[in-house]
Amino acid sequence: MASAFDYAPAPESRAIVDIAPSYGLFIDGEFTEAADGKVFKTVSPASEEVLSEIARAGEADVDRAVKAARKAFGKWSALPGAERAKYLFRIARIVQERSRELAVLETLDNGKPIKETRDADLPLVAAHFFYYAGWADKLDHAGFGANPRPLGVAGQVIPWNFPLLMLAWKIAPALATGNTVVLKPAETTPLSALFFADICRQAGLPKGVVNILPGYGDTGAALVGHPDVNKVAFTGSTAVGKEIAKTVAGTRKKLTLELGGKGANIVFDDAPIDQAVEGIVNGIFFNQGQVCCAGSRLLVQESIQDELLDSLKRRLATLRLGDPLDKNTDIGAINSEEQLTRITALVERGESEGAERWSPACELPSAGYWFAPTLFTNVTQAHTIARDEIFGPVLSVLTFRTPDEAVAKANNTQYGLSAGIWTEKGSRILAVANKLRAGVVWSNTFNKFDPTSPFGGYKESGFGREGGRHGLEAYLDVR
Amino acid sequence: MSDKSEQQRLSVFKTYKLYVGGKFPRSESGRVYEVTDSKDKWLANAPLSSRKDARDAVVAARKAFGSWSGATAYNRGQVLYRVAEMLEGRKSQFVHEVADAEGLSRSKAAAQVEATIDRWVWYAGWTDKIAQVVGGGNPVAGPYFNLSSPEPTGVVAVLAPQESSFLGLVSVVAPVIATGNTAVVVASEKSPLPALSLGEVLATSDVPGGVVNVLSGRTAEIAAPLAAHQDVNAIDLAGADDVLAKELEIAAADNLKRVLRPQPVDDWSAMPGIDRMTAFLETKTVWHPTGSLGASGSAY
Repeated sequence: MASAFDYAPAPESRAIVDIAPSYGLFIDGEFTEAADGKVFKTVSPASEEVLSEIARAGEADVDRAVKAARKAFGKWSALPGAERAKYLFRIARIVQERSRELAVLETLDNGKPIKETRDADLPLVAAHFFYYAGWADKLDHAGFGANPRPLGVAGQVIPWNFPLLMLAWKIAPALATGNTVVLKPAETTPLSALFFADICRQAGLPKGVVNILPGYGDTGAALVGHPDVNKVAFTGSTAVGKEIAKTVAGTRKKLTLELGGKGANIVFDDAPIDQAVEGIVNGIFFNQGQVCCAGSRLLVQESIQDELLDSLKRRLATLRLGDPLDKNTDIGAINSEEQLTRITALVERGESEGAERWSPACELPSAGYWFAPTLFTNVTQAHTIARDEIFGPVLSVLTFRTPDEAVAKANNTQYGLSAGIWTEKGSRILAVANKLRAGVVWSNTFNKFDPTSPFGGYKESGFGREGGRHGLEAYLDVR
Repeated sequence: MSDKSEQQRLSVFKTYKLYVGGKFPRSESGRVYEVTDSKDKWLANAPLSSRKDARDAVVAARKAFGSWSGATAYNRGQVLYRVAEMLEGRKSQFVHEVADAEGLSRSKAAAQVEATIDRWVWYAGWTDKIAQVVGGGNPVAGPYFNLSSPEPTGVVAVLAPQESSFLGLVSVVAPVIATGNTAVVVASEKSPLPALSLGEVLATSDVPGGVVNVLSGRTAEIAAPLAAHQDVNAIDLAGADDVLAKELEIAAADNLKRVLRPQPVDDWSAMPGIDRMTAFLETKTVWHPTGSLGASGSAY
């Protein structure tokens, strides 16, 4: 269906970003080539244009970066908290100053709409640095006893769906608590982390406190397995999370994992329908559904199924898919060809298992990696698309009759990251929220984040919390 | 009574049994092993639990989890305090068992048992406070109310410390159940008798069957299926040596169990802090719009 009004293109200028043709690793305050000279290319998922060539860290580079971080740890951890705080406040301010540049950069490298990088990612990145900056000189009051100590060198591996935000979630609490960091960004989205290295330079951060090592899974594995790393933090798939848990077994490395999810968004018959529809759309189509806490399973009370689905389909028909740099774009590009292949395969599986597939009329650009917003009806709990994390703009719709059934179905997953509840009845919100086995429950809203609020999963969605006072624990020796 | 009649009286031995699902089964394997005191004198035959016993205990613990975790914290505190009352009444039995198990003098064993009872009382008082200490409202920058609260993680396998047969045991079991988890406890391999007797105390207090399940036998043999069990949510490796702990931690990664690695404890009577409670708690954060108008102009 063509939309009622056509929008004139409103592209954000990319002139504000100056992407160099190549970047090195950031070790001990310097950009440097990989020891073995290896490089890889990062492309814009919306156009397949090569953006830059990046040094690819190998084992020798990991070792060098860990040594730099270890060397820096002594002085950094001995700094008075108030001084560490000032560095973090500086970083927060520089992020704010350069936020338009970083938003455009992130959109180019990741494929997500500029609307999201500009209005969600970047403000949250700055907010996380501000929040943890304030903790650096107040750790005695955080509830982990007097004078809690940092752990040492933190090895951090982050995903491609929110590259700079995940960096902030990892680096801000690590530095506030006095640890030093070696961080590996994802191979498809290394650029914003390298720009962050420049922000560290501008902030005058001591050398070696933050080290950035772009690379693939092998780089991450070398970092996680390095004997002189004291703390491992990972956000990514459950399968990799299990491998990491096995790698650190038998060591003293402290581990936190933020893994996959299959969030249930439960809509009761007394829910405010229009708001629920917005929440459902936000829950699964935000960032093309490439969100670990996405509301990828819609559980609708049977009596309002038709009304809700009509409304939802009408709303989906108004979503605009296309150039991520266009300020009117709602749905951007899928992050990589590999991810697109995975989404496509799971959606085909959904069809072959008998679920009914629907997408609004939607023209996909000829270059780049794209997937139309998709919803499946006639889905049962046994279907693959109701069980496996798709990590794409694909919503599976199931129904229920009673609150108990809704809870049972919502909890029927190995994951336990997020859930949503839509009802006007406060007592029902409290009762259902109580029974859901999930780390974040959004009632009458979805996908809200704030640096003061702990985030993390139950069950196979991982362990540990990021954000808030709770997020400090992961970087402190609390025993 | 004259000395003569005391000499003639033959004491009655106790058949030590497992404590699973509120009942006292023998090991399904039909096996027992010799438990001796510190001078290798025979004390009793304890059940030598099998993998099947471990799985049965998990089933019982899972069954008990819903109502135990759903009970009010106040109620759990009352129930735990009741256990302390029962322990106090059986003090002399435990002094006897701990003295035998650990080769302690009567007075030292008595001190251990008293510390153990006090430890239990301490945890009884935590049930309705831990949520206030580790949870709370978060000042989010938006028109939302959001609240973080701790919740039990589920079924916890607890490998009790090998050396401290009673104080160590209670120091690892009480925090797990105080916070609403249910437990499958593997008693000290060499000194399981105080743990098996604790089962009798739990059965005669108000702790629902299945909340604590006590197994005796070879720690490594029982722990392996527990660490690999897909319906166990967490494991405390206090009673494992380094080699076993690593093996179990790898097995536990298969369903991402929460793992508490062995921590060297010099003195179990020292104040424990809240780490053993928080190790097996999840944090749930619930968001709701406050109704004040956000940037969108909508209350939602």
